[in-house]
Amino acid sequence: MSSLRLVLVSWWLQFKMIMRSPFDGFGNVIYPLFFATTAFFVFRAGDSPRTLIYASLGAAVMGMWSSVSTSAGSAMQRERWWGTLELLVSAPRHFSLILLPSTLGLATVGIYNLVATLLWGRFAFGIDLTIEHPLLFALSIGGTVLSFAGLGFLFAVSFVRFRAAWVLGNFFEYPVWLICGFLVPLALLPTWVHPIAWVLAPTWGMNAIRESALGGTPLPDLLACLGLGLAYIGVGVMVTDRVLRAARVSGSLSLT
Amino acid sequence: MTVSARIFFVGGLTSFRALFYWLTPWIYIPTMLIAPLFQILLFAYIGRSAGLQSDKFYVIGNALQYASIPCLFAMSQSIGGERFQDTLSAILVSPASRIPLFFGRSLPVVLNGAFVAGFSLVVGSLILGVHLPASSLAPLGLTILIAAFSCTGLGLMNAAVSLRIRENAVLSNVIFGFLLIFTGANVPLDDLPDWMSTAAQGMPFTHAIAAARKLADGASLADVKGLLGAELLVGAIYGVAGYLLLRWFETLSRRHASLERS
Repeated sequence: MSSLRLVLVSWWLQFKMIMRSPFDGFGNVIYPLFFATTAFFVFRAGDSPRTLIYASLGAAVMGMWSSVSTSAGSAMQRERWWGTLELLVSAPRHFSLILLPSTLGLATVGIYNLVATLLWGRFAFGIDLTIEHPLLFALSIGGTVLSFAGLGFLFAVSFVRFRAAWVLGNFFEYPVWLICGFLVPLALLPTWVHPIAWVLAPTWGMNAIRESALGGTPLPDLLACLGLGLAYIGVGVMVTDRVLRAARVSGSLSLT
Repeated sequence: MTVSARIFFVGGLTSFRALFYWLTPWIYIPTMLIAPLFQILLFAYIGRSAGLQSDKFYVIGNALQYASIPCLFAMSQSIGGERFQDTLSAILVSPASRIPLFFGRSLPVVLNGAFVAGFSLVVGSLILGVHLPASSLAPLGLTILIAAFSCTGLGLMNAAVSLRIRENAVLSNVIFGFLLIFTGANVPLDDLPDWMSTAAQGMPFTHAIAAARKLADGASLADVKGLLGAELLVGAIYGVAGYLLLRWFETLSRRHASLERS
């Protein structure tokens, strides 16, 4: 119970900090909107049967991913720059419980992203979205946020040995947009890409959100998304232990 | 070598290298060489999905437009980075002429922007199987250079604004976003609302992208000289405006003692 309280309090603290950051709170929200706008124009001008609603949902989840990928990679690095990493590592709680709320906060900002993109599509492009299964839609968004937080957490601990962790975070923005079916159906991509997409939770999160909004069976996708999110967290915890042990042995925790 | 020429060439290159001390291959390759390829692939596949334009359209548009990342960020870094390292006041207190000082910093940025766009165009074409006529390669190289020049002019304005605001990375991203939508990189200008396609005429890349597409379709350099002239003019206007803005903000910063405010 106290662990849950720690996660919730830390998440709220991180969320408030992110919302006051011009880069994370404003930049990461508006940046994907430019891509969404471009995609709306392309789909509106094109002759594909794929509708603007399809693009609207995809662009909205693109924004959710952006808010995580660009900043989660350097979440641990940031604590190091601030000089708070040693304090957090030496706290009596497992370090994962302290780092996970940071990426959870970033993923929560993704909801703001999603709503902003859907509203932008509605008012600027007249994309009228009717949600077929509101409850499942809400659950799908929640599940996607959790899995994004898990993937962000895995990024944060995996990239900590790299000075330029932020670059790696940025680096994964486009590929995930491309191969997880946000705006381009997986069937259009080469077959060797499909297995990569299947092990990425955003693929299933996107499917769950689309299925619940447009009418379908989102539960299997939602479960796959949550399962992968939990797997990322499990792997992330193991990586955290290894990274921290290595840093203690070599005395390199505070080295940048 | 005269003092001004030394400040322009040696000072500009030294500044570029110093400001980008962090620009190791670990950062340069993913950010400048791989990311534009993914941008090209993303929009080429969106285009296929929407049934709008050919792969060639997106390869050319996005390869050129991606030059905005090095041009905008590097120029804003030329002010923001100096401030971050507490060297900005030392530079601005020097009696050096401002024209070689500021424009010297632009030259490596133009060359780097052109390299990034050229690399993206060639590799993007190879990946997607886009054929570019051999005769078009040299004119395309010139077009890319002009596009990078034009955007670096806008980057100079971005650098000037960096004297007044903290978050120049956010501003650079916002400008990048506008260029993505307006310049015809991904959406034909005819498919944009009239006010947007009109505004695009005053933005970097619009004319260069149109010229590059014509060249790739077999046009000669003479056929696109009007477009290239317009692109050069747009870049020159931004460059002069950026320089004047820099001088004005420099004066304001001295008056309000806000140079080191970060």
